[in-house]
Order: sequence, then structure tokens, then C-alpha cells
Amino acid sequence: MEATTPAESYTVASQRFVETNLVRKKLKAEQTAKWFCLGMVILMILPLVSLVTYVFIHATPSLNLEFFLEVPKKGMTQGGIWPALVGTVYLVLVALAISAPVGVMAAIYLNEYAKDNWFHRAINLAVINLAGVPSIVHALFGLGAFVYAAKFGYSIISASLTLAIMTMPVVITSTREALNAVPIAFREACWNTGATKWQTIRRIVMPNSISGILTGVILEVSRTAGETAPIMFTGAVFYKAVEKGDLFPYFLDEQCMALSMHLFAISTQVPNVAESMKFATAITLLGLVLAINATSITLRMWLRSRKKW
Amino acid sequence: MSDQPQQFGIETEDLCLWYEKFQALIDVSVKVKDGLITSLIGPSGCGKTTLLRCFNRINERYGYVTSTGIIKLLGKNIYDDDVSLIELRKAVGMVFQRPNPLPISVYENIVFGLKIHTSRKDLNRVKLDEAVEQALTEVGMWNDLKDHLNRRAIDLQLEQQQKLCIARLLPLKPRIILMDEPCSALDVGGTSAIEELMYSLKDRYTILIVTHNMAQARRASDECIFMLLGELIEHSRTEELFLNPKDSRTADYIEGRYG
Repeated sequence: MEATTPAESYTVASQRFVETNLVRKKLKAEQTAKWFCLGMVILMILPLVSLVTYVFIHATPSLNLEFFLEVPKKGMTQGGIWPALVGTVYLVLVALAISAPVGVMAAIYLNEYAKDNWFHRAINLAVINLAGVPSIVHALFGLGAFVYAAKFGYSIISASLTLAIMTMPVVITSTREALNAVPIAFREACWNTGATKWQTIRRIVMPNSISGILTGVILEVSRTAGETAPIMFTGAVFYKAVEKGDLFPYFLDEQCMALSMHLFAISTQVPNVAESMKFATAITLLGLVLAINATSITLRMWLRSRKKW
Repeated sequence: MSDQPQQFGIETEDLCLWYEKFQALIDVSVKVKDGLITSLIGPSGCGKTTLLRCFNRINERYGYVTSTGIIKLLGKNIYDDDVSLIELRKAVGMVFQRPNPLPISVYENIVFGLKIHTSRKDLNRVKLDEAVEQALTEVGMWNDLKDHLNRRAIDLQLEQQQKLCIARLLPLKPRIILMDEPCSALDVGGTSAIEELMYSLKDRYTILIVTHNMAQARRASDECIFMLLGELIEHSRTEELFLNPKDSRTADYIEGRYG
């Protein structure tokens, strides 16, 4: 058989490696794809930025220290948002205190102890699916379970428990991700010196995943600051009289005001509220969530810098 | 012990092991002598690592592994009811292909085993310091590392990491050290350092090493086991196996006709 000869262009040294039409076409597609994807990024960021800017500009007339510290006055048409701000912080902190230990321990069990059998697969599936349950359903569950069945009444504890249940699936998922990021070689090294699983978890796995766990948990729980339905059904009220600037206005078995609820109230239920007050409330809620997120990111960077591998 | 010549470090009788349906070990009966370095050679997938991993019962961590037969370490059946996995793994050290120091300091790596196996009131700084010095001296790194005990173990060179992984086993006073291709991530210098270390340790331990490197097996081991497709083909003194292989499959393998 006759040997196949190389293409003409390859036989001339000066013609080697030059761009062919096919290559040119590929490079064009490459550019198109890159710019198209970049366009999508801009398309995604644009509404977000314009929204925040819009809200912020409209909020400026009302944004001052008095607005944050003052209590609502004259049928909520005047004054500030202090009780709602404190109420939201309370709800989030109590929810965090409940969901963090429970969620992290559950994640440790599922990730480190659970064998791969139908029972644990079912639990995993349930955890994933629970994350998709609408918040109104959680609200109704909280109402039935905590307000009535457990007799906690309409209270911070009922509302925070509802929020905690709601975030549990994501807390478990993010904790498991953090645990999985610890290389399996570390665990094997421990087991091979005869360490029990708990010793391995406590001495090696936890110290090396704590930054991821904490930031994940805080991020997830902070998102609930904006939830309205679950707390409306279980413990948030339109109005509650508290002192201006009082840091401890509520007991856990009392109802409280909350930013999301307050925003809903002054935007739709109360007439004659200045536009800027509504926007200022919205920007406060946004700012609070951002502040918690920023804290958790700072915490992560600090813990990462101390990480040993 | 070496004064009881009939005692073997590791003995198996008709050991079979399945990964679900796939049989990875077929009737393996082997006697590994105490106080020697024994190497396990054979082409990839022949069951060397699987066999090694039977001896600290790490295979059973995976639910789909089943096995039959008898495994005795130092004369004791490790599947007896009164065998504690924790005590077994304390006595059977394992060194991995990639050095796996824990993400803590050199010092903490070495005392890790002591700390998890000793109640807090029996631990004191002096005891731990002694253990660290002794272990590092034994692996020949005391002079290099005595001023760097607080360094992160992960930052050491690979060779030092691997030696540290061996040093980490020693405070627990193991009797058997299993090595799964301990030099495959190391360069020539690191490899010969680990081989010298094995040689200096061998009198006091049963050392079983899996290796892909036939030259290494030939250089560094007293006895050699050749495995193929889950079966033990030949087990004899190393020079015997390399110079006068009894089985034609062994001969073909060491001449490099397959593998």
C-alpha cells in the first residue's frame, strides 16, 4: 500500500503552524462564548445593583441614627424602627443558637458515622428535599407544632424554632460540605493509630473544618432575617411598645416586632407612611443581612489564616 | 519474638476476599516471619494492597467487602471475639503511599497516638518529650528536627513527611508495620533513606511492604512474595525468588514479560 502523504502545507517549512480557516472559526466561537457569558454576568448584576441603589437613594431622607434608635410613633407613621431591628436580631440569634448545634451534630453523624444503607440514603434524600419546602408550609408547621402543640404560644421561641427548622437542611448540607473538604487521608491516618471516630472528629476533622462550618451556618441562618411568613404565623407582631434604644426589650416567651414584618405593615397596612421610611426600613433589613454575612466572611478569613494545611 | 523461632508475625490460612462479586484474594495462605522485611510484589490489581489491608482489618470498613479464612497476627486470630480493633490498630502500624502527616505540628503528630491511647492523668510533658526524642532518633531525624518540633508537619519535605509517618507509629510500640508502596511518592534519595530506615528497624518488627518496584524488593527485603490475580504464586527468600523462581509465572514477571 502507498503511504499517505502529509498535506501540502506541511511540506513547506514556512507554512507550518499557521492559522487555518478551521482554527480561525474555533477562535471566533471561543470569543463569542466568552463575551456571551460575561454578558449574562452583567445581566445578573445589573438588577441587583440598580435595586440597591434605587432603594438607597429613596431611603436617604429618613436614614439617620434617630431612625434606628427611635420607636415607631403616631400609629407607625412617624419615629423609627428600633423594636423591629432588635426583634429581628433576637429571632436570628435564637434561631442560630438552636440550628447550629443540632444541624452540625446531625451533619457529623450523617457524614462520619452513617453507613451507606437505605435508611441513611432516605435521610439524605429527605434533607435535600426539605430544603425546598416553601416557607409558608414551615410557618404552618411552626404554628401547629410550637405555638399550639408545644404550647410555647406566639413567642420569639416559637418563631425562632420555626426559622431553625427551616434552615436545618441547608445547615446540614453546608456543614457536610465543610467536613468533606477535610482530606480522607487525615482520617485514615488517625484510624490507623487506633483512634476512635470521635477522637478523629474532635482532634482532626473539626479543627480543620470549623471555619467552613461556622461561616456556612451563619450565612444560612442570616438569610432567615428576611423571612416574613414563618414569623408572622408564630411570633411576630405589628406593634409592641418598647423603650427607645432598649437592648433587652423582649423575653423569649413574648412576641416581638421584626423588620420584615414591619416593612410589610408600613408598606401595605398602615396609611400615610412617608415613602422614605419604607425604603429606609428595607435598606436596614438589607444592611443587617449584609453585616451578618460580612462578619461571617471576616470570621472565615481569620480562621483560614490560622488553618494548618 | 525471635527466641521462639516457630512464631510468625503474620499467618493466613485459605484467606479469600470479595469486593461484592469480584474475588480479590483466592485461598491465600502465607507465613510472614517476625524480624524480617518481607516484600509483596506483583502486577497492578493482583491483590497486594488488599492483602496488606486485611491485616489491620481496614477492609471491613467498606460494607461490600466479605472475607473467609483465618488471619493470625503474632499467633492470635484477629477475628476472635475478644480482639479490639483499637488495640489491633495500635499494634499494627500502617504507612501509606502518599505521606499523610496530620495537619498539626511535628511534635503533635508523634504524640498523637500516645495522647489518644493514654488517659489524661498519665500524660505529662516529660513523657511526651521523651517519646518524641526517641521516635525521631529511631527514624534518624532528631538532629534535623529537634529545633523545629513546632513546625507544621505538612511543610516538611516529602521524605521527612514519610519518615515522620513512620515515627508516628513508634511511640505506640507496634509489632507489625505494614507499608503500602511507601516510596512511590519519593525521589531516589528519599527512597534509599526509607529503605535504610526499614533496615534499621527490621529486627524489632515484622515489616511487610507492598512495592511496584522490583528492584526495591530485591534490594530491601529478606523474603519476597509474588502474587498474581489474587493468588499467592511464590514465597521464598528474596535472592532465591529472583535467581531461581520456581514458577514460570514468577520468572516471566521478574523478567518483565508482563506487569
